[in-house]
Amino acid sequence: MAGLATVTATFGDIHTVVGAVRSIREEGPKGIQVFGPIMEQELEDAIGKPPSPVRRYAFIGGLTGCISGFAITLWSSLYYPLVAGGKPLASVPAYVVIGFEMTILFAGISALIGMLIHNRMPTVELSPAHKPRYSDDQFGVRVACDPKQSGKIEDVLRSYGPDEVHVDG
Amino acid sequence: MASVAPPARTPFARVSRDIIGALWAPEWRYRAVMGILLVILGWAGFAWAYQIKTGMGTAGITHPVMWGVYITNFVFWVGIAHSGTLISAILYLTRSGWRTTINRAAEAMTIFAVMTAGLFPLIHLGRVWYFYFLAPYPNQRFLWPNFRSPLIWDFFAISTYFTISLLFWYSGLIPDMATIRDRMKGVTGRMARLKEKVYGALSLGWGGSDSQWKNYRRMYLYMAAIATPLVLSVHSVVSWDFAMAITPGWHSTIFAPYFVAGAIFSGIAMVITLSVPFRWALGLEDYINEYHYDNMAKLMLLTSLIVGYAYIAEYFMAWYSGDAMEWESFRWRAVGAYSGPFWIMMTCNVLIPLLCFSRRIRRSIMSMFIISIFVNIGMWYERFVIIVTSLAHEYEPGAWGLYKPTWVELSITVGSFAWFLFWFMIFAKTLPAISITEVKEAMAEGYWKPGDKKEES
Repeated sequence: MAGLATVTATFGDIHTVVGAVRSIREEGPKGIQVFGPIMEQELEDAIGKPPSPVRRYAFIGGLTGCISGFAITLWSSLYYPLVAGGKPLASVPAYVVIGFEMTILFAGISALIGMLIHNRMPTVELSPAHKPRYSDDQFGVRVACDPKQSGKIEDVLRSYGPDEVHVDG
Repeated sequence: MASVAPPARTPFARVSRDIIGALWAPEWRYRAVMGILLVILGWAGFAWAYQIKTGMGTAGITHPVMWGVYITNFVFWVGIAHSGTLISAILYLTRSGWRTTINRAAEAMTIFAVMTAGLFPLIHLGRVWYFYFLAPYPNQRFLWPNFRSPLIWDFFAISTYFTISLLFWYSGLIPDMATIRDRMKGVTGRMARLKEKVYGALSLGWGGSDSQWKNYRRMYLYMAAIATPLVLSVHSVVSWDFAMAITPGWHSTIFAPYFVAGAIFSGIAMVITLSVPFRWALGLEDYINEYHYDNMAKLMLLTSLIVGYAYIAEYFMAWYSGDAMEWESFRWRAVGAYSGPFWIMMTCNVLIPLLCFSRRIRRSIMSMFIISIFVNIGMWYERFVIIVTSLAHEYEPGAWGLYKPTWVELSITVGSFAWFLFWFMIFAKTLPAISITEVKEAMAEGYWKPGDKKEES
């Protein structure tokens, strides 16, 4: 980010990260990014980013599946009328199973697609901030801030006992 | 053990090392078992080819028993498939911490069991090349499947279940694949570069940033939330394959919940049966221990009680209905030509699991292993009893008859176990068999750590 300083700290424990992120947010930085092998609700809340858009994908997918499940069953039985056992052509109770299964199928697939789109996956290029140990046993906190603020932020991060701290710009 | 650098300095790194270290480099025992499985598979493949070439007469199914061992196997394997998504989805939603180390293997089992189950309708079809008739596709004759038929529901239910289970399992693997990719960066050698590339591709470029985690966790939650009703629906639909017919012994409203409980029961039993040799062979005894078997045993006991209740309730309904056909069907089931399978089913599914009331037995891995094998046998016989005895003894005494499986059917049945184990063995050596991420989460929450047997629980 042009004109901004980046302070990066590495921690070994997720609970320390939660505390550090909370304190840093009070300083009002431009952006916080956390990398790690796991994630917890507490940390997610501390970072305080808006809710994930994946839920909309799941909902729209499920709705599409439900409609298309009922549509194909109803349409095809009316399109080629074949009365079996004196039952109505459009036997809705029997079609509930198909509608239900299609709802689940489409909702699941679209939730996954939504996750991939918003996570910019699949990709070959990892973020330059990523380090191998972030998927193993370390958490990285990366704070983008005004160059004037960087000293203060570094002090805050240091007070939580990080494994290492690094300032750019 | 394969060398997995960098060295494990922290508890988290030790988890990655233990689980990733169990991968690759198969021992001679592994190769020997694979060899045996391939021989059995080859034989079963020959039997199927012989059946396709010669005709369905090579199988023992004929009037009045048109559904035999093939459909028994189908229902059995679909049942086995149920524990995986139960453990991963329902226990995820209810935040049951003990699932963390067994969910990956159980989900893999689900997928391989559906792959096995899915073969049986094909094998059962005389002309297997017409299988695609089941799918709704536009065709020149303007024909569409009969959506009122439970068999079509089943086709939709099973294919949805397979797809969703596969995606759920795969999405759970994404962060773990990234862990393998990143650990391989510290190892030298051509194989390590290859693994880094392959697992990197499989991880889809997972970076582990907080916004990625946020989307990912949402997606995982929704998958779990929709997989839960899916699990219940799939075996309900399988039960309707039977319950929608008017055959005595099948035509019962209790079938859907009864089948679902039975499926979970047999699925848990299969998880126990497979995990005992598996934890030992991969050296993961600290990760799957007495604590997990204790909990699985409780779940198995609960479902056994439900299944036992359903068996008795069925008899009560048959008697109380005053329907002579229904009552004759059930009477014959217990004392007729197939009373052997019936009593095997009763003993293995209702009596033997009662041992799980003892905490000592629940916490003894060897006894759980033995009990689970009995349950597997009992549940296979349950499906056999339901399918064969009902068809053999329907309304018209003149149309009664007996069924005996032929060598073709038995070979394919044994082959299905080999097929299932073959895939499971490949999985155990190529993908992290325990969720690295979830073990770390349990450790971070202070809920559980490797080696903890939770003696006080």
